Amino acid sequence: MNKVNLQTIGKPIAHDSARMHVSGTAAYIDDIVEPVGTLHLAPGLSDIAKGRLISIDLDAVRAAPGVVAVLSAEDIPGRNDCSPGFGGDPIFAEEEIKFHGQVIFAVVAETRDQARRASRLAKIEIDSQKPNVHVEDGLKSGETVLDDYTFIRGDAPAEIDKAMHTVAGKMTVGGQEHFYLEGQISFAIPGENKTIKVLCSTQHPTEVQHLVARALAQPDASIVCECRRMGGGFGGKESQAAQWACIAALAARVTGHPAKMRLDRDDDMVTTGKRHDFLIEYSASHDEKGIVEAIDLELNGRCGHSADVSLGINDRAMFHCDNTYYYPNLRVHSRRVKTDTVSNTAFRGFGGPQGMVFAERLMDQLAIKLDKDPLTIRKRNYYSKGRDVTPYGQKIRDNVIRQLVGELEKSSDYKNRRKQIAKFNKKNRFLKKGISLNPVKFGIAFTLKHLNQAGSLVHVYTDGSVQVNHGGTEMGQGLNLKVAQVVAEEFGIDISRVQITATSTEKVPNTTPTAASSGSDLNGMATKKAAEKIKGRMIDLAVRLYQADKKLIRFVNGEVDLGNQTIKFSELANRCFMERVQLSATGFYATPKLTWDRDSVSGKAFLYFAYGASCSEVTIDTLTGEMKVDRVDILHDVGSSINPAIDIGQIEGGFVQGMGWLTTEELVYDEDGRLRTHAPSTYKIPTCSDVPDDFRTALFVSKGNRENTIYRSKAVGEPPLMLAMSVFSAIFHAIASINPGQIPELDTPATPEAILRAVDGMNSTDK
Amino acid sequence: MSRTAVRFLRNGVVTELSEVGANETLLDYLRLREHAHGTKEGCSEGDCGACTVAIGSLKNDKLVYEPVNACIQLLGQIDGKDIVTVDDLGSPDVLHPIQQSMVEEHASQCGYCTPGIVMSLFVLYHSGESADRENVNNWLSGNLCRCTGYRPIADAAANAIDGKPNDALAARLAQTQELLVEMDDKVDLFVGTNKRFFAAPATITSLLEISANHIDAVILSGATDVGLWITKQLRDLPKIIYTGRVSGFNDISDGDKSVRISAGASYEDAHSVLGSVDPDLGEVVRRIGSKPVRASGTVGGNIANGSPIGDMPPALIVLGAKLELRHAQTTREIDLEDFFIAYGKQDRAPGELVTAVTIPRMTANQHFRAFKISKRFDQDISSVLAAFCFTLEGDKIVDVRIAYGGMAATPKRALAAEKALSGVRIGDENARETAIAELSSDFTPMSDMRASAKYRERVAGNLLRKALHEIETGETKATRLLAEREVV
Repeated sequence: MNKVNLQTIGKPIAHDSARMHVSGTAAYIDDIVEPVGTLHLAPGLSDIAKGRLISIDLDAVRAAPGVVAVLSAEDIPGRNDCSPGFGGDPIFAEEEIKFHGQVIFAVVAETRDQARRASRLAKIEIDSQKPNVHVEDGLKSGETVLDDYTFIRGDAPAEIDKAMHTVAGKMTVGGQEHFYLEGQISFAIPGENKTIKVLCSTQHPTEVQHLVARALAQPDASIVCECRRMGGGFGGKESQAAQWACIAALAARVTGHPAKMRLDRDDDMVTTGKRHDFLIEYSASHDEKGIVEAIDLELNGRCGHSADVSLGINDRAMFHCDNTYYYPNLRVHSRRVKTDTVSNTAFRGFGGPQGMVFAERLMDQLAIKLDKDPLTIRKRNYYSKGRDVTPYGQKIRDNVIRQLVGELEKSSDYKNRRKQIAKFNKKNRFLKKGISLNPVKFGIAFTLKHLNQAGSLVHVYTDGSVQVNHGGTEMGQGLNLKVAQVVAEEFGIDISRVQITATSTEKVPNTTPTAASSGSDLNGMATKKAAEKIKGRMIDLAVRLYQADKKLIRFVNGEVDLGNQTIKFSELANRCFMERVQLSATGFYATPKLTWDRDSVSGKAFLYFAYGASCSEVTIDTLTGEMKVDRVDILHDVGSSINPAIDIGQIEGGFVQGMGWLTTEELVYDEDGRLRTHAPSTYKIPTCSDVPDDFRTALFVSKGNRENTIYRSKAVGEPPLMLAMSVFSAIFHAIASINPGQIPELDTPATPEAILRAVDGMNSTDK
Repeated sequence: MSRTAVRFLRNGVVTELSEVGANETLLDYLRLREHAHGTKEGCSEGDCGACTVAIGSLKNDKLVYEPVNACIQLLGQIDGKDIVTVDDLGSPDVLHPIQQSMVEEHASQCGYCTPGIVMSLFVLYHSGESADRENVNNWLSGNLCRCTGYRPIADAAANAIDGKPNDALAARLAQTQELLVEMDDKVDLFVGTNKRFFAAPATITSLLEISANHIDAVILSGATDVGLWITKQLRDLPKIIYTGRVSGFNDISDGDKSVRISAGASYEDAHSVLGSVDPDLGEVVRRIGSKPVRASGTVGGNIANGSPIGDMPPALIVLGAKLELRHAQTTREIDLEDFFIAYGKQDRAPGELVTAVTIPRMTANQHFRAFKISKRFDQDISSVLAAFCFTLEGDKIVDVRIAYGGMAATPKRALAAEKALSGVRIGDENARETAIAELSSDFTPMSDMRASAKYRERVAGNLLRKALHEIETGETKATRLLAEREVV
């Protein structure tokens, strides 16, 4: 660390909204007092997954009580598309129905209840066709939303062909619904001269602004998008928020009234994209010690009907199919499979988790085959000196996994517990236990290079209070607090003097999404630069006014130590105004060193890697497939933490979300392409009792990020989600104990049904 | 004479509403009419808990607070009760001990579920119960949090709750109780017109009379199912007859030979008595829905609506429960299993009401087991619920009753499997395997989003296997992930 005495950075300060959260006074968009005349929207959805629209009769909808307008494709003055780039995501369906639940029209009514009731009165005729629903259907049809992409190192198929020791396998990795507690919502308020302000629960206000402008055929500059906070995002409000914003803005344009669109939970779950499910097939060769020699890997990601952000997601699955392991020869081939279902989208980890689940499965499989402790096999395959270049050509320079896992192995008492579990399993017929310690490595940077930029706006007022605004959005992850800590640190003032403001496209323009775990890396750095500019001007003035020695000036405890005297920060701020020195500045940051070139498959994709490891112990019931997590130990690397309380929250929360993905959260589509698990009554995220009482989380102690990130911290949003792989591996080994040597056939999510199926597949004499 | 306005308490003040929509929810009242925005809508089906509020009511002359999902609670249901929402607890500057502890433990991230969690813990705080992890899990079974992973929330509860509530609500308990007693006028409530109304009769006579007069009305108990007809199916239910104010309709009698649960008793009300019949029966109750669902939902309602996946009926069927049904003029009692005729069809005449269920206590040689299988342990609907009752003479099975939920269009006995086991030795492996095989002649389950037919079949057989093993060996520690009987 370059600074000795940090005052605010590194402190476990409570979330800036915590007191408002707990008292119910933190305002989400639906809580904002509605202007008189506010209208409400509800979508009209397709009940068919695939087909051609023959006719739309909306007369009964228009005649329903309270209905003010009914909007459909023909009402859109600009482009009928809300896709983040590649097109193919109509705001309202036109001619073609692409998935069950696609929006065909929207009702504008005086109340939300009236709009919802009216929306069900439409008579829509669709010439329906049989949809491709599952990834296998899509593979059979051969349709993709984007071109295939491949990383090749060496000649893996040839190596495997001539190898002595080989393994092969196939597994499906399930998708995941975001289940942010606050559903999608947008509130459009019309202003003068066609301007519109859209309050939107989104991770990407700039994209919402641009898509609304494009749909209304207006300049970007006439639209403002603002987001104070989201009630959860997890990737689900990156590209998926725009459609509702476009519709609300259109309603505001058409009616001249403020218009709010808040989706019902079931509509939300049906109409918005989810985590991609994958079908993974592989063959691999290894030596007698279980060290991987070559892998031939097929990653088939189910993208749904359009490209959305599937390019980056499927790429990231490829980037992470190695996890912490060195593959001397690799061919990884990615297909972006098209199906007639909702377009899958960003979700915490962004494809990385699916790739890493493969890596962990392979290690578990090798361990069972060779009758070794899986951790031993994992260690043998770690990236290490001379074996430190990834399949995509990036040399790993910050690898701490061996040390980190070593520490966790000790603190979790892994070896001893593994022995106890073996004894337990010998003794018990119906209940079986498993334990697993899995490493995580996650690359930090958007792999689309241009997204690695951020802007910030800092104002110092003459009383010494400071307002900060930046391009990132707050979804609960504590980004605003971390950025405020940066400001407080730079100016040496108390955090209470820093006012956080809503993210707005009229304050910081042309921003990138708050995604890829990059929020504090990017916006923290941009804000530091803005603060440094103002601070530099204040220092210059102090030198001029007080004959201070520039090198001695320090901003601490709300004061400025000038070396020869101390004055209040507020006094210096006020002096700046009197002396006509600007107290406002913008800051801009573009992540350095990134040179990734997708076409040539070369360059540096990530600035650095985040590391972590977890150890989970589970018990399964071999008669029912039920499973209970008994204990979890986590050690995670956040570099030098800006706020350890916030970081631990991200780690634990990410772990539990990942655990849900791998266990109880099951998306079920029927053969007609309809999602059958479209509400919390049927889609089961973890509850409090699913989380073990014995849950130990610690931060890895290090000298900090070796890259020059904001206060040497590391990104923490996504990496911990993958720590939950230890739960899945532990289940796998509990099942494997039934018949040592046999590889269980277990897919994710490991629901009771999936576990029982795998148990029944084991050739045991004990049943 | 009937009253035509709904009355309830808000912050110590009696609020009276003469305009109450028959289908209006408590959440809509709070957010749209009071503009009290602290309480959030997350799912509108009582499954996420973001809308949790505390409802105080008199139970056996004692003021009791319970958590309720405001999204599926109808406004008329809160007549005569005290409503406390997160907006009433504190301000950012002056926090309630629960809120303070949540801040200190970093127990909120996005904050959207937080008000509901605060309210669940607030009610736990006032319950006098302890905040050990298992109990906190129970109290938070109806609150989903997608951000924190719950650990800090559980810690916040443990730190703030010591069984001795000390806050504004505690200080005015006596006053609140007095006001509620005063408001309890024991007069029928009728808001609306003969074509469209919310009625809450005060006596069984009035209930039977209005039910006979309006055979097209919906009989409402806890609204944990009917609420969704309104919020999800958008069904218009013009006539609602609510049973919650009927005097004596939630009575529970705890006899030596049997227990009798009146139809209006909630799961929470009946929990301990049912648990005294058998710990497994208590565990079935504990696994139904969530704390707020159990506070609202009734044993009678679960039976009356005839769901094929209701958790109570299979368990009560094997115990030989009898159902009491009343019409304005008549009362009859039938075996519970005969009530379920076919999917959506029960043995209930128009205007007739389920009024009570009577469960015989078991004799010493009877052995009961019940198992609920679902994707998630808490707040989930069963894929299979299995219930068994074996009567043994020595090690011989002299009587056997087996029933399953989730295996057919109604809760149903497994008669062929029962036959295979009747008269055999408890450890008879051949008989056991025959019985398991016979389940496929008893049932043809279906596949849905909860489980496949194949899994249901397989697990149904394995649960019979488990029950026989447990009864034979007397141990459950080696057979169960939770709710071991030895511990109780």
